[in-house]
Amino acid sequence: MRVTVTVNGTERTADDVWPGESLLYLLRERLGLPGAKNACEQGECGSCTVYLDGEVVCSCLVAAGQVAGREVTTVEGLTGAGGAGLHPVQQAFVDAGAVQCGFCTPGLVVAAHDLLARVPEPADPEIREALAGNLCRCTGYEKILDAVRLAARRQAGR
Amino acid sequence: MTATTTAAPATTGTGRIGENAVRPDGTLKVTGEFAYASDLWHDDMVWGVTLRSPHPHARIRGIDVAEALAVPGVTAVLTADDVPGENAFGLEHADQPVLAADVVRYEGEPVALVAADHPETARRAARRIRVDYEVLPALTDPLRALDGDAPQVHPGGNLVRHLRLRRGEPRPEAPVVVSLDVEVGMQDQAFLGPESGLAVPDGEGGVDLYVATQWLHVDQRQVCLALGLPPERVRLTLAGVGGAFGGREDLSVHVHACLLALRTGRPVKMSYGREESFYGHVHRHPAWMTYEFGAERDGTLVHGRARTVLDGGAYASSTAAVVGNAGTLGLGPYRFGSVEVDVYGVFTHNPPCGAMRGFGCVQTAFAVEALMDRLAEAVGLDPVEIRRRNGLREGDRNITGQVVDSAAPVAELVERVAAMPLPPPADPGDPRARPGAVGNTTRGEGVRRGVGYAVTYKNVGFSEGFDDYSTARVRLQVTAGEPVAAVHTAAAEVGQGLVTVQQQIARTELGVDRVVVVPADTSVGSAGSTSASRQTYVTGGAVRAACEAVRAAVLRRAAVALDVAVDGLRLDGGKVLAADGAVLAALADVLGDDAVEETVEWRHRPTHAIDPETGQGDAHVQFAFSAHRAVVDVDVELGLVKVVALDTAQDVGRALNPDAVVGQIHGGSAQGLGLALMEEVVVTDGHVRNPSFTDYLLPTVLDMPPMRVEVLEYADPHAPYGVRGVGEPPTISSGPAVAAAVRAACGRPLTRLPIRPEHITGT
Repeated sequence: MRVTVTVNGTERTADDVWPGESLLYLLRERLGLPGAKNACEQGECGSCTVYLDGEVVCSCLVAAGQVAGREVTTVEGLTGAGGAGLHPVQQAFVDAGAVQCGFCTPGLVVAAHDLLARVPEPADPEIREALAGNLCRCTGYEKILDAVRLAARRQAGR
Repeated sequence: MTATTTAAPATTGTGRIGENAVRPDGTLKVTGEFAYASDLWHDDMVWGVTLRSPHPHARIRGIDVAEALAVPGVTAVLTADDVPGENAFGLEHADQPVLAADVVRYEGEPVALVAADHPETARRAARRIRVDYEVLPALTDPLRALDGDAPQVHPGGNLVRHLRLRRGEPRPEAPVVVSLDVEVGMQDQAFLGPESGLAVPDGEGGVDLYVATQWLHVDQRQVCLALGLPPERVRLTLAGVGGAFGGREDLSVHVHACLLALRTGRPVKMSYGREESFYGHVHRHPAWMTYEFGAERDGTLVHGRARTVLDGGAYASSTAAVVGNAGTLGLGPYRFGSVEVDVYGVFTHNPPCGAMRGFGCVQTAFAVEALMDRLAEAVGLDPVEIRRRNGLREGDRNITGQVVDSAAPVAELVERVAAMPLPPPADPGDPRARPGAVGNTTRGEGVRRGVGYAVTYKNVGFSEGFDDYSTARVRLQVTAGEPVAAVHTAAAEVGQGLVTVQQQIARTELGVDRVVVVPADTSVGSAGSTSASRQTYVTGGAVRAACEAVRAAVLRRAAVALDVAVDGLRLDGGKVLAADGAVLAALADVLGDDAVEETVEWRHRPTHAIDPETGQGDAHVQFAFSAHRAVVDVDVELGLVKVVALDTAQDVGRALNPDAVVGQIHGGSAQGLGLALMEEVVVTDGHVRNPSFTDYLLPTVLDMPPMRVEVLEYADPHAPYGVRGVGEPPTISSGPAVAAAVRAACGRPLTRLPIRPEHITGT
């Protein structure tokens, strides 16, 4: 089947999509956007987190055909126009040392981006709740929490 | 010697050693542009999948691939008959078939391969392969493996290695004797990036393999053996690695992808899903341990006895070396007069077990630390004092008779964690602070707080006489008017930050700002494995040595050009300086259009085999120490645990990148907590029951408490810059501290790990 979807602000079309394919597969293998990651492919790890019409979803749990005519934003779409400059959340992950192997990072960046858009100055329990669907095996989460706090401070201009 | 506590200032400075330089791959990783092995893509590529055995033990009577080959889109179906070289691989012993030929020895053993134009087509075709199995009796109880009537997993018997260690007086008398049995379940590395690789045929019978791994050269050796090709025709390049933790030491997709690529003449990508990943790599050995300590009435240890059985599963992998650690380090960081240790690694028809962070020390630490607490109780000491009193000190001999010849701050480490502030009681009004959290499971009536301690030590680098070395090639030349150093090694960056450390070392030694880390591949000599907490030490040592060679060459050149004596010249800030700091020349001018390049193979001090009868010998090159204190709230009625604090102190010799060191300690601690409370690959009758992240539980951000980390820097005079391996100790001492805290809260012995709710409630 053919799927037409707006990804990171640009309309994209994929042909010969098998009905069993996920949005994750569509992004990674057909649209050249491998930023969303394939760690569990059953919605447990959050590595494939993207925005679908402004809501964060696990793209592995969304059928490719379901996104026809809708808007998807991936981690690749969070940087400035034309990829210029990192988003403050991305910059905070780099600066806080929240990245080790980095396989969980794109999903966590999107989840943290969503949290800070909704709650600009979250308390620690709110950060933990918001990121509870994203597994990280390297960091023990401490520096990821640091990164979210840092991004919140910077966005608040403090 | 100095001890410092890192507050991790957020400064990057000039990016030299000792500073918190940022990762060179950080920006690519936060934007999604970093190319992990599973992201690789090639024009005209096809997808490879593996058909695996559903049985723990069976004879293959025949394989019919006709139906699979007939599926439209399928380009190849391969079985054992299609392996051109030796159908065997293995880290230490080539005992594992690339594709099972006549017998399968564990559930999940690869039997056949399919390549197709879509991964789902390949998977469906694989299901059409007809394998005629004769199911055979399986040996799945490791405690029966050495019985005379047990099924034989391999013709040579079921013993992989028996380590026998004897020291001091046999069977001494001690006024206080404590003992216990401890069992530890099978842990999974659970790296998030699945096993993946891309094999590209070169059109001349050779192949280029881009793969996520821990040691390119040991992979290359095994791939060459199976393909029947020389190393120059099998070139490996490290693809982006999404975590490793030991689980990528053994081959996964490597040979399979190359076989399919050479057969089809097309690039082949293989990438496991999570379920296949659980079958596609080795796990941490489950362990059954019987321990006894004897002591004086004041708690001073007299003797230690241990008998440990490690289930190696169906193939040898690194079981022999894991046995080595479980024996030589198996009584923890304490002084003993008399020692009697036997460790057995055995074959079964369970999933193969091998390397995982902590490597043989994790399992035994649960037994040792539980028994130390029992001893403390028996002699009326607290857990801190019993460890302080018996802890190894610099100059002591450990249980193999080896002198610990650099810092051994056991007493200080436990004192430091004990001195850290305790967390306040949980807020009774906030359900998120309770075990069970917002599940509305309790209002806190049955919640008890417990505190537990543990301390450990771990060998750094490969031991028992292994020729453990690394190779670095460093090139200095002018690019765009500026001196740029290029560092080329085959060392695998798996997330730990070695690429950052390589840059920091080159900046420090060559006095330049710009350092490029060349992608790791097999066109340079072996760097050894990214395991055993060894890369900063060994590859760091090699990079430093290569930089020193380059610097010497550049300074000789400068001395000639400037007509000055070479003695006292140095490099800094892109300049050649005199001994008094005067600028003599710009480095760019000294180099001109030439490149200065040096390649150095670097070794640490040799280690030695242990005596086969007594286990005595200088087996290890370096020891790393850490201590943890865990504070938990336990709902003793419902068996739920919330870890409130997990604090640690660790000696790292010298922190080349303090932030990255702390990050390693955080992550390692989380993996130990996971094993104590939730992580287990459940295997019954040889079948894995929970091969998914739905059923194999990993700590989430809600399971992890805040962690206080104190980093001590007692430089090891024998190591480059004084460094000490960092990555593994936290994974060893964290779990036993958590277990001790839960015991303290609920008052039950809890000798089976991970602790389950029913163990806590006794129901």
